[in-house]
Amino acid sequence: MTRLSLLLVVFAALALVPLVVTSEFWLNVCVLTLFSALIGQAWNILGGYAGQFSFGHALFFGVGAYTVAALQVRLGVNPWIGLVLGGALGAAVAVAVGWLTFRYGLRGSYFALVTLAFAEVFRILANSIPWLGAGEGMMIKLAAGPGMLQFKNLANYYWLLLAMTLACFLAVWWLDRSRLGARMLAVRDNEDAAAAIGVDAFAVKLQAMALSGLFMGLAGVFYAQRYLYLDPGLAFGPTESVEALLVAIVGGIGSLFGPLLGAIVLHALSEAAQAALGGLPGANMVIYGTVLVLMVLFLPRGLASLFRQRPQPVEPPDA
Amino acid sequence: MLELRHLSKTFGGLRAVDDVSLTLAEGSIAALIGPNGAGKTTLFALMTGFHPPSGGSVHFLGHDVTGEKPFRIARAGMVRTFQIVQPFAGQTVRENIAVGAHLHIADRAAALAKAEEVARRVGLADRLDRDAADLTVAGRKRLEVARALATEPKLLLLDEVMAGLNPSEIRDVIPVIRAIRDSGITILLIEHVMQAVMELGERAWVLNQGRLIAEGAPRALAADPVVIEAYLGQGMARRLAKGRGDA
Repeated sequence: MTRLSLLLVVFAALALVPLVVTSEFWLNVCVLTLFSALIGQAWNILGGYAGQFSFGHALFFGVGAYTVAALQVRLGVNPWIGLVLGGALGAAVAVAVGWLTFRYGLRGSYFALVTLAFAEVFRILANSIPWLGAGEGMMIKLAAGPGMLQFKNLANYYWLLLAMTLACFLAVWWLDRSRLGARMLAVRDNEDAAAAIGVDAFAVKLQAMALSGLFMGLAGVFYAQRYLYLDPGLAFGPTESVEALLVAIVGGIGSLFGPLLGAIVLHALSEAAQAALGGLPGANMVIYGTVLVLMVLFLPRGLASLFRQRPQPVEPPDA
Repeated sequence: MLELRHLSKTFGGLRAVDDVSLTLAEGSIAALIGPNGAGKTTLFALMTGFHPPSGGSVHFLGHDVTGEKPFRIARAGMVRTFQIVQPFAGQTVRENIAVGAHLHIADRAAALAKAEEVARRVGLADRLDRDAADLTVAGRKRLEVARALATEPKLLLLDEVMAGLNPSEIRDVIPVIRAIRDSGITILLIEHVMQAVMELGERAWVLNQGRLIAEGAPRALAADPVVIEAYLGQGMARRLAKGRGDA
């Protein structure tokens, strides 16, 4: 089975989930899991493929969320347009951050710290700009209906999210068999060696930022439309940043299915812990931390490495 | 095809490369030799844009490429290898070489096919699906050459591709390099293995303490007192000659 057909089969199966899971609670768990898979995969494009570890991915998520929210609330722009602009602005901000950091040769932990700082700067800005609702945040007017990208039924949100997630996974599948993907891996593994054979590492990293920011922006749009409320802490706080990198690292960075595996395992563990500990607040964070330590110690290439040592270098031609 | 004009590089007070001028003709194999620390690798780094020169200029195929970024120089057709091998660890030999092939080939399958062809030329065809990190030193050196070769360079700069190899491995590599030249690629190599310089080099420059001290056919250079002194110390040439006279 080729990786593409495996991917499509998995997503076809995922599409059936709302037909099987009738409990609102469990369907919500599925939505949260899928959401983690989406932001984990978005992070994976930059962190796993291009090798640039971001600690502030909430920045692009928040930009997407605020874009769709502010356009609706302040300017009355349809959220479908907000969806497009949210993704585009997420990508644009990512490119701007990348341009500023990579231009000055920031790598490794310095890049991680700068992304963290940018997310904080945006949180503080959102907190102080009245047009963006400042500290009170922004409430999107309830107007259920597909035209307003709002649904009464959770299943419809699930399918919207599934479509975004599929797009993100297809992008990564494409990376695995494209020149850009090969160049990202080369830059990740050795930037000087890549430059010596003609790879423009700066441009490659900016392209990785753009793709990663695009899908984080879309995730932000989904979040705003699903909860119809956001504030600076929700949008730009560390929660989404940590979740994105955790899911990717636990699942296996640089692998196509890793973020999905990571999301499923982390949410399963978190639900189990909640049940066992009777909803002790913060229990899931303790579990996340423990899992992360164990993964780094015993399975540094993530869960995906249990199934395959490496992505197959050559695929048999599709049928 | 390559011309260096008064190229210099200082690191603090150290003149690593000092007023080097040379002209390299197309279609030849030339060698850059000299004792350790003479500035050979620094000179390569200046030519390929990894360090900005402190003075002078680099002209490649009639264009001034001084201070250009490494990837631009590689795209123009001047590609270097690294003395300390830099494989993309965790990727297969085929994937490593394909990154080079992608310089002019956008399609993934075509680049992978090109990688296979290049691997055959350098004798890595039997290790295509091995992880680059698992290769022996000799294998990694070949991989360096293969990756550079896959970019279809016009000028290939080989930095000590034979260092660390045993004599039989060196004997294997020499025809590979000659075959690369025969395919129309000009080669400039930094080499300590004199056997290789003698067999391959049509012309050689000797660099000592950042300065070019001699230029000519490798065999003539090996007998040049200035060169002998650079390697073995002051007065050695005279003592060697005396020794020969006594015998």
